[in-house]
Amino acid sequence: MHRPIHELTDAYRRGDLTPTAVAESYLARIAALDERVGAYLTVVREHALAAAQESERRWRAGAPLGPLDGAPLALKDVLCTRGVRTTCGSKMLEAFVPPYDATVVERLRAAGAVVLGKTNLDEFAMGSSTEHSAFHPTRNPWDLSRVPGGSSGGSAAAVAGGLAAGAFGSDTGGSIRQPAAFCGVVGMKPTYGRVSRYGLVALASSLDQIGPFAQDVEDTALLLGAIAGHDRRDSTSIAAPVPDYMAELPRGVDGLTLGLPDEYFIDGMDPEVERAVRQAIDVLRGLGARIERVSLPTTRHSLAAYYIILPAEASSNLARYDGVKYGLRVPGRDLVEMESRTRAAGFGAEVRRRIMLGTYALSAGYYDAYYGKAQSVRTLVRREFGAAFARVDLIVAPTTPNVAFKHGEKEDPLSMYLNDVFTIPGNLSGIPGVSVPCGFSGAGLPIGLQILGRPLDEARVLRAAYAYEKATPWRARRPELA
Amino acid sequence: MIDRKDVEHAARLTRLALTEAELERMREQLNSILAHLDTLRLVDTTGVEPTSHAVDVVNVMREDEVEPCFPQDAMLGNAPDRSGEFFRVPRIIEE
Repeated sequence: MHRPIHELTDAYRRGDLTPTAVAESYLARIAALDERVGAYLTVVREHALAAAQESERRWRAGAPLGPLDGAPLALKDVLCTRGVRTTCGSKMLEAFVPPYDATVVERLRAAGAVVLGKTNLDEFAMGSSTEHSAFHPTRNPWDLSRVPGGSSGGSAAAVAGGLAAGAFGSDTGGSIRQPAAFCGVVGMKPTYGRVSRYGLVALASSLDQIGPFAQDVEDTALLLGAIAGHDRRDSTSIAAPVPDYMAELPRGVDGLTLGLPDEYFIDGMDPEVERAVRQAIDVLRGLGARIERVSLPTTRHSLAAYYIILPAEASSNLARYDGVKYGLRVPGRDLVEMESRTRAAGFGAEVRRRIMLGTYALSAGYYDAYYGKAQSVRTLVRREFGAAFARVDLIVAPTTPNVAFKHGEKEDPLSMYLNDVFTIPGNLSGIPGVSVPCGFSGAGLPIGLQILGRPLDEARVLRAAYAYEKATPWRARRPELA
Repeated sequence: MIDRKDVEHAARLTRLALTEAELERMREQLNSILAHLDTLRLVDTTGVEPTSHAVDVVNVMREDEVEPCFPQDAMLGNAPDRSGEFFRVPRIIEE
């Protein structure tokens, strides 16, 4: 049953499989294996079976809602689900039950998707390893002693481990693409504004974007197509038509020009990663793409700019957790004491650190030196991408400098931050990017190829990823969990 | 360098009750992170406008129409403490 969604729905159409049997099979796998992986925070067995039965009735009647009807999916626990607790991996929201569905969730339900449960993450999506959930860490299905990446590590591990057919996450500095690379699945961050953020618990509002994890590029196109498009409840969502991503996939890369940025091959990166990515670029050249060198010199300052902008926005967004309207409350003599105790008890170490860093960077006397400067650097990053995309159609690069690391290996916050060095520029500039598997290290750990495109050019990004995937054998390899 | 007073000030602004040991550890960690972030000074941004947002949208307008909103009970349902139709909080103003 661990097959891509498009194969499952083909089987539903032929009558070879039913959505109920598939949902039961996934739930049984979760019950048997998730104790070892820790991909889920909440499994909604009864909801899932009820949704699968409705889907089954539609397929029987020959009237499915579309290509996701009966697809068993997992949602990162930052997406609000009506009546199902949404914790953000934090003690602060351990008991929070949203009264509404995020727009993405609403659209998936309307497309007939079967939600299996909510997946684990680094607390409030701050992290790159899913070790820093307040509840439990998630493990990489390829090697349980290693991290799945983060912050959407639960979603990536669920898809890699056959605990969901597809999943959704959020990407603020690489939180979809990096875990997709570490877990050997496809993960896409769409253009900022392509997907509504309504009902996504906010981390850094100018950077956050929701996107899919999938077993292959075809599913990625299907999942993106289901959630993309304008939403009046998110005033930053873009009112541009959504192309038919599936129809664009088979067009290949013949005639496309791909940019290779010098700055994405750095000292200290894993030579196995570099080799796999350079071989992937040779494959794309063999398929008819032209490769051209491009320069993105501000890349090396992106990380620093990001670690000002993100904490600044996060410190402001997380001010809402004050023990009044929802979430944890620790009593105090007066309002300030109650708030201060609540926030100290509810937030873990990394969340506190970033809130403090952001508060400091925004405080009187420091604003221009930190936040103002970082925003100007952001302008330079955007300009450089703009100049590059005037010459090339897409940019190809590694998703991460390394393969999945061991649990507990990166105790120092800075060494953890360095993991996102190749994914952050995409968030600062708002452009779309995908990570697609491009090989394995000698130890059998997956490596990701990142393909970045112009704003709203997801179709071309996916088309190149699809051509590459079709030409290579990586998709056939699966971790052996059971 | 961020000193102890800065850390205490930020903790007060953001409402985080930190212990002595936590404040000291926070000071060390923030200094180590800020030392790295200080490389931003090396970038020449003379005359470069700041970007607050990757998409050029400003002031999205809509008609001012009355629409249904969430029922009061649903909005109060997650409150740690409520009194009837209100969120209840500890005393704010001294007697």
